[in-house]
Amino acid sequence: MIYFTALFAIVRRELLRFVGQRSRFLSALVRPLIWLVVFAAGFRAALGLSIMPPYQTYITYEVYIVPGLCGMIQLFNGMQSSLSLVYDREMGSMRLLLTSPLPRWWLLLSKIFAGVFVSLLQVYAFLGIAALFGITFPPIGYVFALPVLVCSGLMLGALGLLLSSTIKQLENFAGVMNFVIFPMFFLSTALYPLWKMAEGSPLLRDICAYNPFTHAIELIRFALYGQFNGMALIWVVTSFVVFMIASLWGYNPAKTMTNRKTG
Amino acid sequence: MRFTLLFALLCSPAFGDEIWVTNEKDDTISVIDIETQTVTRTIETGQRPRGITFSKDFSVLYVCASDSDAVQVIDPNTGKILHDLPSGEDPEQFVLHPNNKHLYIANEDDAITTVVDTDTRRVIAQIDVGIEPEGMAVSPDGKIAITTSETTNMAHWIDTENQTIFANTLVDQRPRHAEFTKDGSELWVSAEIGGTISVFNTADQTEKAKINFEIQGVHRDRIQPVGFKLTDDGKYAFVALGPSNYVAVVDPNTYAVLDYILVGRRVWHMAFNADESLLFTTNGVSGDVSVIDVSELTAINTIKVGRFPWGAAYRPTK
Repeated sequence: MIYFTALFAIVRRELLRFVGQRSRFLSALVRPLIWLVVFAAGFRAALGLSIMPPYQTYITYEVYIVPGLCGMIQLFNGMQSSLSLVYDREMGSMRLLLTSPLPRWWLLLSKIFAGVFVSLLQVYAFLGIAALFGITFPPIGYVFALPVLVCSGLMLGALGLLLSSTIKQLENFAGVMNFVIFPMFFLSTALYPLWKMAEGSPLLRDICAYNPFTHAIELIRFALYGQFNGMALIWVVTSFVVFMIASLWGYNPAKTMTNRKTG
Repeated sequence: MRFTLLFALLCSPAFGDEIWVTNEKDDTISVIDIETQTVTRTIETGQRPRGITFSKDFSVLYVCASDSDAVQVIDPNTGKILHDLPSGEDPEQFVLHPNNKHLYIANEDDAITTVVDTDTRRVIAQIDVGIEPEGMAVSPDGKIAITTSETTNMAHWIDTENQTIFANTLVDQRPRHAEFTKDGSELWVSAEIGGTISVFNTADQTEKAKINFEIQGVHRDRIQPVGFKLTDDGKYAFVALGPSNYVAVVDPNTYAVLDYILVGRRVWHMAFNADESLLFTTNGVSGDVSVIDVSELTAINTIKVGRFPWGAAYRPTK
């Protein structure tokens, strides 16, 4: 019971923080909307046409890009959560949280889950606005997308947690943008399908195929059409487990102590 | 999308029928089963098959084998070529008169329209028309046949009683296709380079309206109206816009464009199923056929066929 009390408290704190920062909600929506309205409109005619699962017929670029932008919202959200962890650690509230008698893994998982919850609000708000632009999915797709978005959000949250365990100072977040967010986003199927990447370079295609973010996007893409992509789910769950174990190791107090002694 | 398809499958009584598609580069016909939306048969034809139509009782199929200079008559059950009709050179499109007997064929290279009696297999008339005739139509009462000529940019009005032209009307550049409305009061002609559809009053052959198209993000030059179909209920006209890869939906009462539906590359001609709930478009360059849900005005599926599909015709199997 106390586990869930802690979970709800952490989610509530994250939610309050999110609601309090209206600009954060706005920027979380504006970012993908700019991609959708400006970038996708410009590329509408430039990209070739091809049919690939889960699509059964030709689609416009705006329709293609939406699942990738949902992933983008979660990616930024996951990284922002990690930023808040660094901030919390600097300000001391993280230390307070970690002194709780509950297991550390549960506290960190709750923290990730809080981030996922916020990202779900952002994604569905974005899907609602996309629908106003005429980009809709089968009604069942919006339902199927929910558990899938939880999975992808957990994976990206765990990645953020892992990164936060290695970042010593808040200023290092710019490095996260350059070396994590941008490569993950651009080297994925968010903007172009794999066959399009292969036209440019087979190496790029391979990198995209091994990027866990690609699989998170494909999982979302299939779900939005009421379909299930088993391989993508395996990739996402495996990546989540790996990131989680690594970040738990990163937040291991013994390791921190050692670091402090040696540092 | 799947659910829309499933819903359409459950609601429509007319499935199990077929759409026959000519593949210009493969010299074949792909037969699509409407129920499963898959190609079930591929039938060999003469060279460069384009125009395709069934006899009124669906007992035989006529195909313009352009490079074989013949109209081929095919048994749709066996897929065997029964015989050729004397068509004149390079037949591209044709139309079967409501009497189920006279076939009006456009001979692109010879600037003539050939009228063939399908029973006697003889040419009964050859009518001089403009240069590069292509689009063919016949009025529902069978009194008027139309040939459009690509280079002369005209619709030629033929009196089917004496097989002579009684009027010529100018249309925009490179007319491709012509159709009468169901009541025969209007003639619609598409102009590929002109990018328009001209609507004429049948009674006095005067131009009544002109329909223009504009698709956001697509250059005007790529918007080339070619084949089109009007629904029997008078609710919609669907216009294939060639290399723009879109099909326009037009309200035939107001002539306003209601919507644009993305299909495959270089969409050319189209055919409805029996109750007109589904529309099948041939996409030449992408080598496939897109399926449009008429009530939803959305593309729901795409079916791979042969190379450069061109014409399409519906055939009931029950």
